[in-house]
Amino acid sequence: MSVEPDRTWRDTPLIFERSRTGRRAGRPPIPDLPTPDVPESLRRARPPRLPELSEPEIVRHFTALADRTFGVDTGFYPLGSCTMKHNPRVNERLASLPGFRDLHPYQDDDGAQGALELMWRLQEMLAEIAGLPAVTLQPAAGSQGELTGLMLMRAYFADRGEDRDTIITADTAHGTNPASVTMAGFKLEKVETDARGNLDLEDLRAKVNDRTAGLMLTNPSTLGLFDEGIEAVAEIFHDAGALLYYDGANLNAVVGISRPGDMGFDIVHYNLHKTFSQPHGGGGPGGGPVAVRESIEPYLPAPTVVRDGDAFRLDHDRPKSIGRVRGFAGPFGVFVRSYAYMRAYGPGLKEMSEVAVLNANYVLARLRDVYDLPYDRHCMHEFVLSARNLKREHGITALDVAKRLMDYGIHPPTIYFPLVVPEALMIEPTETEPKERLDGFVDAMRRIAEEAAESPEVLKEAPHGRPVRRLDEVRAAKQPILRYLFDEHPVRVDAT
Amino acid sequence: MPAAESYPEELKYHPEHDWARIDGDDATLGVTWFAQDALGELVHYEAPVVGSTVAKDESYGEVESVKAVSDIVAPLSGEVLEVNQKAIDEPEIVNDDPYDEGWLIRIRMSDPGEVAGLMDAAAYRVHIADQ
Repeated sequence: MSVEPDRTWRDTPLIFERSRTGRRAGRPPIPDLPTPDVPESLRRARPPRLPELSEPEIVRHFTALADRTFGVDTGFYPLGSCTMKHNPRVNERLASLPGFRDLHPYQDDDGAQGALELMWRLQEMLAEIAGLPAVTLQPAAGSQGELTGLMLMRAYFADRGEDRDTIITADTAHGTNPASVTMAGFKLEKVETDARGNLDLEDLRAKVNDRTAGLMLTNPSTLGLFDEGIEAVAEIFHDAGALLYYDGANLNAVVGISRPGDMGFDIVHYNLHKTFSQPHGGGGPGGGPVAVRESIEPYLPAPTVVRDGDAFRLDHDRPKSIGRVRGFAGPFGVFVRSYAYMRAYGPGLKEMSEVAVLNANYVLARLRDVYDLPYDRHCMHEFVLSARNLKREHGITALDVAKRLMDYGIHPPTIYFPLVVPEALMIEPTETEPKERLDGFVDAMRRIAEEAAESPEVLKEAPHGRPVRRLDEVRAAKQPILRYLFDEHPVRVDAT
Repeated sequence: MPAAESYPEELKYHPEHDWARIDGDDATLGVTWFAQDALGELVHYEAPVVGSTVAKDESYGEVESVKAVSDIVAPLSGEVLEVNQKAIDEPEIVNDDPYDEGWLIRIRMSDPGEVAGLMDAAAYRVHIADQ
């Protein structure tokens, strides 16, 4: 395995540094349209300082950047809680069918029956997976699904004349949970995790009362553990008249096996981009549909897709609705991909989750003797190890392990999360990896544990073979350079 | 330069890795060497407002590193008399000098009896040994 520094990558200049005055990629035609009358005060005094390059140089510049990108198409990407699974290529073909691709958002219902039927069928499938009857497809991603869910709770209690102001989250919760709670105007209370990695029921009983609006929980949790007390948890909240919200970030572990609705959850969000294979390494678009119980259905965002006999339409007549949470009908291309993904599996969809859990337990079994395992249980689709043994013995941290993995051609796992585990490494292999890839990852992780003892300095300085070495993350956070300043960043003479 | 590990004998410690320096009815609060080491170099300190109240075991502010944002838990209850503006302007002083220049707030205690419930340095060292 080569870990030699790659100089050609390291020295890739900025596009501004490649710029040479007067170079052109093409010549736009001289406009023969009337020039609008722009007031003098709004006119530019000087043309903008844009980079000036020939077309082949532009193509080479961006191709060089693309070559530096790492994604699930490049290699193993076990980023815990992000479900970086393979995205089947056939889904792209289906999402590009002209009938889907060329639809205009203002197309009337009659002219979009196929698209509406796909959305309706997707709602039905998602409802079945959640074990809850009603679905909105609108939210753009998990975080917006969370906010929508909390707004639904607020509308539900307001309609009942109940004044409840507190939401409880786990101390292992994704950071979006407390953020959504605050954004939705609720107070936040945290409940602790017990020694087995379940919610601490005693702590919970002490905190739930008639001010509690609900619980936000991921199950399996960010520790990759299924909460064994989930029925008791649901009872505590329902007895207090409160609701349960299921953060679907980890749904990949349980699809077709156990249903959040049966566990007692009242509101559920899905991450179509995680569980149902929408490419999401580049930041989206995502999809965060929300499913709810009958009692909450009246408040769902409008419109929803409904079926009248053989026809499908957008139903805007929802007087108790919290209103729209996203423009038009939601991220439609994502719906096509997720629908196609589920239909390709058909009734065997639960195999997806079974293999995800199997793969995670296989990797865990092969790593548990070299890294600390803070909660010694079978895991679900992901698991959390701790590098604290390496830190104690050799001064090697989770960050060092993560950086070194890059030298082995592997995307680092999620690190330092959840916060309840020191030096956490949160690993999610997904179901789409063959055994050889899992073994390659295990071999790299075991080799790194050996290197920690033999040559810790190699780990401290990793990565060695990547375009950049350790970044100064503190300086990047404190003094980010967001704009190219010509005078402070003069053109390097050798930058061509 | 990050400070070397230490837990001064004259301070009182809270299990959430906060320290208190008692001075009559007032107390100065901050985070321990262990806490700043676990967080890494701080990039932001979200301080409470002078005149607000803090409650023992509850969060009174946040510190942010490139790894995470963490609540700062109050080891004692009271009213905020002063916040360390230097720690707001240059949060890395909490890493450099967690017990002196890197203090976070000064409070007037509402219940000085709470001090008896905190750990001394020896007990805190035992507490962090199994973390």
